[in-house]
Amino acid sequence: MKRYDLIIVGAGPSGLSAAIEAAKRGLQVVVFDENERPGGQLFKQIHKFFGSKEHKAKIRGFNIGKQLLEEATELGVEVRLNATVIGMYMEKEITVKREGEIEHYKGDAIIVATGAAENMVNFKGWTLPGVIGAGAAQTMMNMHGIKPGEKVLMLGTGNVGLVVSFQLLQCGCEVVALADAAPRIGGYGVHAAKVSRTGVPFYLSHTIKEVEGTDHVTGVTIAEVDSKFQFIAGTEKHFDVDTVCVAVGLSPMSQLLKMAGCKMEDNPKRGGQVPIVDEYGETSIPGVFVAGDVSGIEEASSAMIEGRIAGVAASEYLGYIDEKELTEEFEKNEATLDGLRQGMFAPKNRRKLIEKTEEGCEISTNLLKYGFVADNEIERYPGVTRKAGIHPVMECTQNIPCNPCQDACPKGCIKIGEKITSLPAVDETAQCIGCGMCVASCSGQAIFLVDETYEDEYASITLPYEFLPLPEKGEKGIALGRDGKFVCEAEVVDIKSVKAFDHTNLLTIKIPKEFVMKARFYKAK
Amino acid sequence: MNSVNDRNRDIGEYIPAPDDDMLVCRCEEITKGEIRRAVHEGMYTLTEIRRYLRIGMGLCQGQTCSKMVKGIVARELGVSPAELEPATSRVPMRPIEMDVFARERKEA
Ligand SMILES: Cc1cc2nc3c(=O)[nH]c(=O)nc-3n(C[C@H](O)[C@H](O)[C@H](O)COP(=O)(O)OP(=O)(O)OC[C@H]3O[C@@H](n4cnc5c(N)ncnc54)[C@H](O)[C@@H]3O)c2cc1C
Ligand code: SF4
Ligand code: SF4
Repeated sequence: MKRYDLIIVGAGPSGLSAAIEAAKRGLQVVVFDENERPGGQLFKQIHKFFGSKEHKAKIRGFNIGKQLLEEATELGVEVRLNATVIGMYMEKEITVKREGEIEHYKGDAIIVATGAAENMVNFKGWTLPGVIGAGAAQTMMNMHGIKPGEKVLMLGTGNVGLVVSFQLLQCGCEVVALADAAPRIGGYGVHAAKVSRTGVPFYLSHTIKEVEGTDHVTGVTIAEVDSKFQFIAGTEKHFDVDTVCVAVGLSPMSQLLKMAGCKMEDNPKRGGQVPIVDEYGETSIPGVFVAGDVSGIEEASSAMIEGRIAGVAASEYLGYIDEKELTEEFEKNEATLDGLRQGMFAPKNRRKLIEKTEEGCEISTNLLKYGFVADNEIERYPGVTRKAGIHPVMECTQNIPCNPCQDACPKGCIKIGEKITSLPAVDETAQCIGCGMCVASCSGQAIFLVDETYEDEYASITLPYEFLPLPEKGEKGIALGRDGKFVCEAEVVDIKSVKAFDHTNLLTIKIPKEFVMKARFYKAK
Repeated sequence: MNSVNDRNRDIGEYIPAPDDDMLVCRCEEITKGEIRRAVHEGMYTLTEIRRYLRIGMGLCQGQTCSKMVKGIVARELGVSPAELEPATSRVPMRPIEMDVFARERKEA
């Protein structure tokens, strides 16, 4: 039986971050992952991430995975792929299925970073081919280049449902609607807004009544539910679709810990069955730690920090560092983790109705219900100002842990400040040069450059555009509003795609002046 | 032992519902009605339900259905799903061919 100082199960952001910290301190580390590619969830994520620079915000998910893997291998971490850990035992022994055989390993410490699995729900017809998990849709599109279907209904408006809906649109599918039994959209407003402005409707307080078809999906009926989640008769809506995507949450994949005898609890705030842990992520079995989604569903940014903490704690457990270093590192990481766990979507605020931002602005009720901020609500936010000449408009209206826009602007036009969850505000004293870095860096595609004095009668809007084919300069089409409805005729006057924008194209359209605060998307005729 | 396991508790009669024919565990082809009936036949814990119906013992090892089963059983018993002890986790945590399971790698 081969022995290592530290065995890590799972090569997602948390597992790899833990490996890096432990290897830096001299531990001999091995990481097992059942996938053929490392990075966990990150490998499927083609969108730019939230967070701050230190947590690799604005980098696309799959590139974060690559960076972490490079750092880990440089430090001598062994990463074993196509290696499924099938068993874990009290004495920190594991069994691994690899290359058609079973291997045994013993670790002096173990970190379990196995992430989470998708939840399913029952409705009539849920077993028909064509009903798939949102994660499966992502795997098909982003790993294998396969279009999951032509017409799709998405169930679930958490971040996964929103992000995957946008990716389905990018992949050329028609998303007919997003439905959610909850009365409010569960994910970030900026993610909902970028789906809404393409013209996709949201149905909140609605769920699937029936999926139709004999040997595959041919249609779906949704209906409104009351506060007790009972269908309201006569509210049925039917859509012809060939695919129904389900994004109703994730559950921690904690079976290995349970099997090994760690004390567990059922904690809805953390997403289900999770081990009981101390502040370092150590379970009831000394030397067995956890990090990331397996100990509570959160985000890649927090998963990386939890991974770092567990990696340092395992180093201390094995005597590679002293307690002083552990406490110092812990306090540093804990402070950032705490910063990330603030704001409207913090674990402690889950399912709470927040009516005002930290700045005291009223939250857009329209955004929570229909997926876009209404025209008469948008000007109440500090990122939205009007003046002559080109300037940024940040339609970022909820307190989320995100700040790459602030770092992106070379002129200091955008302020978020110390607190990462604060709303971005315009610094009126700085002069915008129209470089577009802010637009491209915004993970929520929520920044627009507006020039109200572009021409006598016309204003220009520069918007992030991540669809193919790209429109051409001079092309005439239509401008859509935040609600995805027709606003006015529009002409493409510029399209910029430079390396620094990392595949976000900046499309500039010219529109009649009076629509400058309305037009937010471009569609070819 | 908590109140969930109290066999003397009256949970009422099994009342058929229109969606009883809906599949819940697709690997073992068990319907919602079968699960609800099993509760009324005295299977109050997930472990019992599992042994009784083979639910969650198929190819996906309960990855898809265990949360839904928990919800159905909890509703039938009139308790919160969090109060139900989940079924035991065992090796192997992923489905695996016997041929592979029995093939231990020789030490190098
Ligand atoms: C659609 C979507 C969008 C997201 N967007 C963002 C975002 O913008 N910003 C953000 O911060 N976060 C985002 N997240 C969340 C983020 O991806 C996760 O929180 C993060 O990946 C969790 O990291 P982890 O290391 O805990 O788990 P994972 O990334 O899930 O990694 C776990 C790894 O463990 C492996 N594994 C599991 N069991 C075993 C076993 N028995 N044997 C071997 N290997 C095993 C898995 O194969 C996997 O590779 C998003 C998630 C999704 C699904
Ligand atoms: S366009 Fe350039 S200068 Fe203007 S706000 Fe954005 S990043 Fe700053
Ligand atoms: S505007 Fe800034 S804080 Fe808001 S989503 Fe965009 S990058 Fe993040």
